Formats: sequence, C-alpha cells, structure tokens
Amino acid sequence: MTEEKKEHNKEEFEPRIVGFLCNWCSYAGADLAGTSRIQYPPNVRIIRVMCSGSVDSMYILRALLEGADGVFVGGCHPGDCHYLDGNYKARRRMVLLKTILETFGLESERVWIRWISASEGQRFAETMRDMTDSIRKLGPNPIAKQWNI
Amino acid sequence: MTHRIGVFICHCGINIAQNVDVEALTEYASHLDGVIVSKNYKYMCSDAGANVIKDAIKEHKLDRVVIASCSPRMHEHTFRDVVRDGGVNPYCLEIANIREQCSWAHTDKEQATEKAKALVRSAVAKAKLMEPLSTSTIPVIPEALVIGGGIAGIQASLDLANDGFKVYLVEREPTIGGRMAQLDKTFPTLDCASCILTPKMMEAANHANIELFTYADIAKIEGSIGNYTVQIKKKPRYVDIKKCTGCGDCAQACRLKGRVSNEFDLGLGKRGAAYLAFPQAVPLKYTIDSKHCLFLTRGKCGDTPACKEACLQQAINFDQKEEIITKKVGAIIVATGYDLLDPSAIYEYGYATSADVITSLEMERLISSSGPTKGEILRPSDQKKPKSITFILCVGSRDETQCTWCCRIGCMSALKHVYLLREKLGEDVEINVCYTDIRSYGKGYEEFYRKVRGLKTNMFRGRPSEVRNISGQLTLDIFDTMTSKLFEVTTDLVVLVPAIVPRFDATAFARILHLTQSGDGFLLEAHPKLRPMDTFVNGMFIAGCCQGPKDIQDTVSQASGAASRAAIILSKKELEIDPLIASVDEEICTGCGICIEVCPYDARSLNEKTRVALVNDALCAGCGGCIAACPSNASVHKNFTKKQILNMVDETL
Repeated sequence: MTEEKKEHNKEEFEPRIVGFLCNWCSYAGADLAGTSRIQYPPNVRIIRVMCSGSVDSMYILRALLEGADGVFVGGCHPGDCHYLDGNYKARRRMVLLKTILETFGLESERVWIRWISASEGQRFAETMRDMTDSIRKLGPNPIAKQWNI
Repeated sequence: MTHRIGVFICHCGINIAQNVDVEALTEYASHLDGVIVSKNYKYMCSDAGANVIKDAIKEHKLDRVVIASCSPRMHEHTFRDVVRDGGVNPYCLEIANIREQCSWAHTDKEQATEKAKALVRSAVAKAKLMEPLSTSTIPVIPEALVIGGGIAGIQASLDLANDGFKVYLVEREPTIGGRMAQLDKTFPTLDCASCILTPKMMEAANHANIELFTYADIAKIEGSIGNYTVQIKKKPRYVDIKKCTGCGDCAQACRLKGRVSNEFDLGLGKRGAAYLAFPQAVPLKYTIDSKHCLFLTRGKCGDTPACKEACLQQAINFDQKEEIITKKVGAIIVATGYDLLDPSAIYEYGYATSADVITSLEMERLISSSGPTKGEILRPSDQKKPKSITFILCVGSRDETQCTWCCRIGCMSALKHVYLLREKLGEDVEINVCYTDIRSYGKGYEEFYRKVRGLKTNMFRGRPSEVRNISGQLTLDIFDTMTSKLFEVTTDLVVLVPAIVPRFDATAFARILHLTQSGDGFLLEAHPKLRPMDTFVNGMFIAGCCQGPKDIQDTVSQASGAASRAAIILSKKELEIDPLIASVDEEICTGCGICIEVCPYDARSLNEKTRVALVNDALCAGCGGCIAACPSNASVHKNFTKKQILNMVDETL
C-alpha cells in the first residue's frame, strides 16, 4: 500500500477522493450514473453507509490523515432522508467539522457534502467531475505530505 | 483470529470484463492479506456461478466471502442466499461494486482496473471484521390498515378482506368513493361511474372483515413491518351513526339549507350545514359541518337547533368529541389519491376571474345527472345553454413552469366529455379541443379517439396563450401547429383540464408514515419497474394516484397488486428481521442518553437500573445515527462498525 502511495506522488497530481454515500439516495444515484453509462473521473472511491447521518467525523479525519485529497459525503435531499432526518444530522456535523479543519489549517473545501437522490445519476457524475477538478486545483493534501515524510 | 476469505469476481458477460482486467484483478486479490482463494467467472449470479462459490467455500473452508460484481442493491440478497447454501453466514458477505460504480462509469481500462483493485481491497478489509449475524423473528399481526377510501382503497380492502384478513379502512371525508364517485361516466367504455362504484362501496361497508372509519384521519403510526400501531383520529360528525337512518330530515330542516357551497360539486351546488355529500354516500349517514353550523359556530340556532328538533331518531349529538382509536396492524396500504392543480395558478386562462372558465371535474359534475344541474349543461354565469364549448388540455401539465409530468387521463377525459356533450346537446353546439398531443395509449382508447374525431369536433393542436374575458364574452387565440394557422375562437364556456398533483398535504402525510416522495411530490415506489407497489418502508404499500397519475384501470390493478403484496406479509405467522441494526457495548456505555435523543424511531431507551442504553430490535431501522452520535463508541452498527469503515478507508487509499 505504501509503495502505491509513493508511486502516486511521483506522477502528475491525481486527487484521491473517498466518498461516503448513503445507501438509499446517493449510492443509488451513483449506481444510476453507471447504469446510464455516464462517465466521471475514477478518482473517487466509494464506501457505502446506510445513512449520511451515520458518517462519523472520525471517518473523514482518518481519510484525510491517510492521504485522501478530498472527502465526499452524499445524502438524500433535505426532507427526503430514508431515516427521516439523518441528512440533517450529517449537515450539522459537517459544518462543525469544517470549522475544526480550518482551525488546523486545512482547507475545508476538501470536504464536500451534497444531496443526490436515487434518480440523479447525472448530478452525481457532474458533482464528481466538479469535485475532482476543484481538488486538483487545490493540490495535494498537505497533511498527507507530512505523513509521508 | 484470522479468517479465511474467498474473493469471487464476476465478468458480468462483458459488462465488467470489457473495462476491468478481470484476470489481473483475480491475481491481485489472491495476494491480499487473508485471502485464501480468488476466482472469476462469467456470470456469478447464475447457477453455475453460485456453484463456483459454494465449491470454493467447501474446498478451502472459507468463512468470509467477497464478491466483486454489480451493485449490492442489485444482488446482495441473491448472493447472501448463495453463501448461506455454501455454509457461510449470509452476513459474512461483502460486495465490491465494480460494475455500476466502476466498469460502467470508466472506459479507461487501466484506470478502471486500478479502481476495481481498490474497491476489492477495501471490501476484503471490511470482510476481515465481519461478524456472523442471525436474523430474529417477530410475530405478524394478520390485520391491515388501508388509508383512503377511493376506488384504490376500496379495491385493496375488498381483496384483503376476501383473503380472510381484517381490514381497517380509513377515509377522511364523511363518505367513501373518492374521486371516482364524482365522475359521471368512465372512458372508453362509457360505463356509468356510480353504477360500477356504488356496489363496491356497499360491499366494502358491509363486509364482515372490513371496519370502516369515515371522517377520520391518521394521527400517528409507530412500529414496523408485521407490527404497526396506528392511531386513528375520528372527527366529530355530531351525528350518532348508530342511530342515523339517513332519512335526511335534518338536512331539510337545517337553517342553512342551500346556503353552503358543496365541495363534492366543487362549489357548483349548495347544501346545508347538515348534509350528505351525495345521495349514494356510504355510509348513508349525515354529517354536521362544524365550520358552518350556526349552533357550533355561534352557539345559537334559533331556540333549539332545527336539525335536532327534526331528527326523530335523536341522532344529532352536539356533545360529540374527537376520538382517538388505536389499532394494531401488520401491513399498511396507502391510497390517498390526488388533487387537481388549481388553474388560478395559470392566471392567463382566467379561471379565477370568469365563472364560465371551469375545470374538467366541474364539467363532470355538470354532466352528471346527480349533479347540481341534474345533468343539464348550463353556463355557471347565467344558467344558459352554451352554444360553443372549448376544451384546453394540459393546463399545467407537461409545463416546466408548473408540472413537468403528463396527467395521463386529461386527453381521454376531455374526449369523453366531447362524446357526452354531443349526446346531450346534439349537433347545435360547437366543440373545440386545444390539445398538445392526444395520448390514447390504453386498451380501446385509440378507437375511442377515432370515434370522437368523427363527431364534428374542431381539434386544434396547440396551447392558447390566454383566455380573454371581454364583458362576459370569452375569446382565445389558438395557433394550430398542424395547419400552421392562427385561429380566433369565440366561445361560451371554457373547460380547463388541469394537471394532477399530489394531495395538498402529501408532504406532512409522508412524514407521519416515514414515506419518501419523488421529486414531483408523489409517493415514491421502491423500484419503478420491479417493485411499483412497495415503498422503502417495509410493510407499507402504495396504490393509485398517490404514487402518480393514473386512470381507473391502472389504479384498480395497482390496488389489487398492493393487496397481494400485503397479503404475503399478513399470511406469515412470523417475519425475519434484518440484523444489520444497532447494538450496545454494555461495558463502555455511560448511559448518557444521546442515542435516545437522536433515534428517529424511538428504538433506544435507557435501562434505569444499569444505566446502559438499550436497542429495541424490532423498531431499529439500522440508520446508524446513534453510532455516529455516541461519544464513547459504545453504540455499534452491526457489520457497519467504525473499525470496519476505518479499515475500508485505510485500504481504499
């Protein structure tokens, strides 16, 4: 694993993004993007969770410490949460986490939270394109650099 | 303890194999820590593919399985059965989604293969920490709740009742029948709506297995599949329905007789405060309208309320209070119907400003022999027979500023009206139809359309820009896209065919039931093609227009389908419940109670003695909200544990 990481750094910068997608909306939306054969950059690695509200801040911090250049959290649209209000919990948690990240000198723009429904394959693919571009502009995650030294 | 993991990679024909180097992936997976064997096969979901997995489990004594294939939303259940048959706990299976989220989304084979490797690596990392889980069972209450007493609710109730299940049918209006009861005739066969509906209404009311709650709302729903607790709020109708014989003396005596607008006739007719929505109402019981009744609003109606004096049965009871009735049911069918878009929203058609611009449902009441004009076609403004009638279709439908969807019944209902108007008014009346496209898709619909086109109807393909009302004379400009000509039409009566929209309170109602809505606001089905009557809440089903616009044929089919889906649950004594729920590490739990506050299902509680939080397995839906909220990591999401997710994060990078 560490070998691969080094390899990555040698090449031109390709952002590595970890995505936490809720089972009911965003994960299904990502499936729909595939089913509709809509292409998006392969930079995102998806981890399925049952609800965006179950995404612990710890997951995001760990991903950033382990070298992810960006973390994406996808949930159902406000009001549409399969579990009633999990996405609101996620939203509150992300706001707090972003202020903490800024305090530590890390760009909070590395963490994205977006609402993508099961029928929004196109939106999922577009969001992944936007996020990959925007993280590419931000450059490699500075924490990861230190970590590698 | 180290586990023995097997990785099985599916080609999915060429769906995966064309963009992912399956052989390289298989080779790669075989070297991952903990992996004993790695194989690939053309179709893992086939019988032969299942045998590849089962044989490998036996040969290599595997206890954890990773399958790299299509989305777990597609075949997780299939593969759980396969590994169970092979002798591995079905919850010791993890799926790496290398089709929808990899081979289909990325055409660069090298990149897609690299991503597939990462996905398999992280799935293996999760599998290492998977625990065998067992499903528990809960008893099923063999009774059902049906919400909405229109044709969908009636059909579903009758099917379930005839299947032998007890049904509680709840309707918010004083009578069942719904929208269909307002119709005169139905397309394309021109069956009289009342003649085919009323017998079904009677059957539902008299069925030994159906208990009817009219003039009642759903106050609260708790519990889960097999065991829901429902609170039904019976609104006071101020008439004792056990005593009321439906004689109508109260309505005759009511001091407001003929002075309250009748919502059943959409305001075209009048009633009193004591009223029956329509003569064939079921139950045939009168209701006192608390919004208008003099006694209920002002506390005084002459010396004694006239209705009370007139009722020989002494059925009028002004002391009636709202009543909450609690029932337990195993399954729920939602059939709450639709509203029509208020055409005032499209200001230029003048619905709000001219009495002679009406909706198709109002036309239905004008045509109906039991309607306010006893079936005579009279203009609302002057009660004269119109010489010219113009229909405007797609009012708000297929319109990006209002409703993007097609109402699916507008074309046919307008054609039906044309036919009935010709029948009633003969050749003297001019009939114009402004349509967008005529959608006559159903059985016998196209034939009906042809029949109507032969009836001297002026068909214009286009949408008028406005309806001008110049001192009572209605005029509209219509550009016919078939002839590329602009016509000016002067007409006596304009009939708007408005869009079908979700019930005005659909969102609040969906909240009570924990149901989801699609972008258009209708209730969302679990799968548009394969699970059209199911919802994402287990044990709740949807039928009729609450799910989306449809005609009576489709509504009845869907209602029978929903009843049959519900019967599958109700006919079981016990149900297995998914074990992917929360649990508590009692050693760590401090009893802070945060999990209780965040749980949307009231599944968490505190053992006051031990000060340890508890999980009610039957109520927990497995969202994981309490896991993220738990400050001491005592809450555990079975097989979505924090350690598992963190392992996945580490390996995915």
